[in-house]
Amino acid sequence: MSEIDIDLEKRRFLTRTTLALGAVGAGMAAVPFVSYLKPGAGALEAAAPIDVDVSKLEDGQLIRVEWRGQPIWVLKRTEEMLETLTKIEPLLRDPDSDESVQPESCKNRYRSIKPEIFVAVGICTHLGCSPTYRPEVAPPDLGKNWLGGFFCPCHGSRFDLAGRVYKKVPAPTNLVVPPYRYVTDTHIVVGEEQQEAV
Amino acid sequence: MSECKHCETWGARLIAWIDARFPLLKVWNEHLAKYYAPKNFNFWYFFGSFALLVLVNQIATGIWLTMNYKPDARLAFDSVEAIMRDFNWGWLIRYMHSTGASMFFIVIYLHMFRGMMYGSYKKPRELVWLLGMSLYVALMAEAFMGYLLPWGQMSYWGANVIVSLFSAIPVVGDSLATWIRGDFLISDVTLNRFFSFHVIAVPLVIVFLVFLHIVALHKVGSNNPDGIEIKEKKDENGVPLDGIPFHPYYTVKDLFGATVFLAVCAWIVFYAPEFGGYFLERPNFVPADPLKTPEHIAPVWYFTPYYSILRAIPSKFGGMLAMFLAIFILFLLPWLDRCPVKSIRYRGNIYRIALALFVISFLALGYLGTIPPTPTAAFFGVLFTFIYFGFFLLMPIYTRLEVTRPVPERLTMPKPLLEREGWFWNLVRQAVSCVRKAPWYRQLDAQWQKIRTFMENNKYLRHFL
Repeated sequence: MSEIDIDLEKRRFLTRTTLALGAVGAGMAAVPFVSYLKPGAGALEAAAPIDVDVSKLEDGQLIRVEWRGQPIWVLKRTEEMLETLTKIEPLLRDPDSDESVQPESCKNRYRSIKPEIFVAVGICTHLGCSPTYRPEVAPPDLGKNWLGGFFCPCHGSRFDLAGRVYKKVPAPTNLVVPPYRYVTDTHIVVGEEQQEAV
Repeated sequence: MSECKHCETWGARLIAWIDARFPLLKVWNEHLAKYYAPKNFNFWYFFGSFALLVLVNQIATGIWLTMNYKPDARLAFDSVEAIMRDFNWGWLIRYMHSTGASMFFIVIYLHMFRGMMYGSYKKPRELVWLLGMSLYVALMAEAFMGYLLPWGQMSYWGANVIVSLFSAIPVVGDSLATWIRGDFLISDVTLNRFFSFHVIAVPLVIVFLVFLHIVALHKVGSNNPDGIEIKEKKDENGVPLDGIPFHPYYTVKDLFGATVFLAVCAWIVFYAPEFGGYFLERPNFVPADPLKTPEHIAPVWYFTPYYSILRAIPSKFGGMLAMFLAIFILFLLPWLDRCPVKSIRYRGNIYRIALALFVISFLALGYLGTIPPTPTAAFFGVLFTFIYFGFFLLMPIYTRLEVTRPVPERLTMPKPLLEREGWFWNLVRQAVSCVRKAPWYRQLDAQWQKIRTFMENNKYLRHFL
């Protein structure tokens, strides 16, 4: 078919437009397939904020609720417990929580919005075990300097009653405080940030 | 990359590197660039490549669906609903899969009809036909087992009816049906094994058979609407005079066809995914209930011709036998047809009428299979079952009596290739020259020329031009 004059202009035009449109089409067809792999409505629902009623908490009582598949601790601290937070500070690695993760409203000594109610993600910042709540003062296994706090059974990390990490333990930072807010005085929502001061 | 010191571009050097280790160019040439196909392929020759396209769609969407489907009788139905509602675009991917299943059969039926029209099953293409028929059977198995997975009422009762068919076999029937189910009824165990077959075993078989189907086809070469062998008339280079390279001629043709085909599919997926209850049956939106059969039970449309044949025979074993025979007899087509002429263009009227009757009876049986079994429907079911089998069983007789027309020496073309360039391209050409004159295009082009010059002067970037 060499005797035929090949219309190269037509060929180039068709090749380029076909390639361009084909690339656009393939790109758009890929969108649903990529998007499908993102968390679906089920996962988003599981990640939704949860309500916690704190009115029935006794002094010194810790409850665990689940949020995004993680244990969330809600602890009602007594006056004596709050006083230990000042005394313990020389033993802590990050007493002012400068290196740690918490919402702005909780970046204080108590690491909470209201001093007595402490909310934290109950997962050690070292390798992800859930530390044990040890409120008693100077138990035999934790030594005479223990003023109450959290002890990680996996690798021996220690945290005070505001989840602040001790020096000379494997965990690098304080326990994470999730975003939460007060809807009423006795009702908090974990997963949403406090907007205005309480 | 020492194999090709003189090669100009990176691309050519890369191909030379691969070619020294893998027969890339050889395969490319043998199956695309130097695979000479008859130049007169028409509309009917789209469907083979469409089938390949649908297969790719089924595999891709199937992989995505499997990610969130749960093959467990307690969870299956809800997991499908979760795909439909909870996962991003899940409804689209599922409808692409369910529509793809029906489109697969439409395309395959048209592909098979093409073969029957132009005698593509005849010597030397018997193996191509047998492999294709095996693919058709594998596809039916794939579709049947896939239909159980949503675990709706139709899934359950459809599978129940088909598996119960095997119990009609004398002596071993009951234990065979139990063995297939893995239980005494369709249950979680059945669902799990059907899932395994549907996502792994049968797709592997299908892909392998497609490979063999194409290898066998390329060995003997494609048939064509004139039904003559283009390999018998070659030029001095051994190239068939009436052949054109598959690539680019038919790749481009199929690409164009694919865009139209995909547009039709997209219309169905977006506007009529259930297709009036034919592609996805309404009772299947109710979870499977082993205690309650839906009022009207019918298989999906692509099985209804055989379902009608099953219903036409007033005997459990006979019905099953007739149904499987109706599929099996298609395998024998190359040996039942005794006419030496391949294409319907030059065959006698007797075959044209027979083929028309066969198509009518196949469509009619298909329709009858979707409606409730009234006495009238039953009568027509029997009538068309007779025509269906008559087409095949009488074929050795009537094909010998055919008065055929003279077959041409060379392919006939209604319009020479050169005259096929139409008004459409002239329209495009005028539009393009209008755009070229526009000031904004000139500015754009000037910018592009700068980039081009820069790229030409750069020793790395110039390879991309």
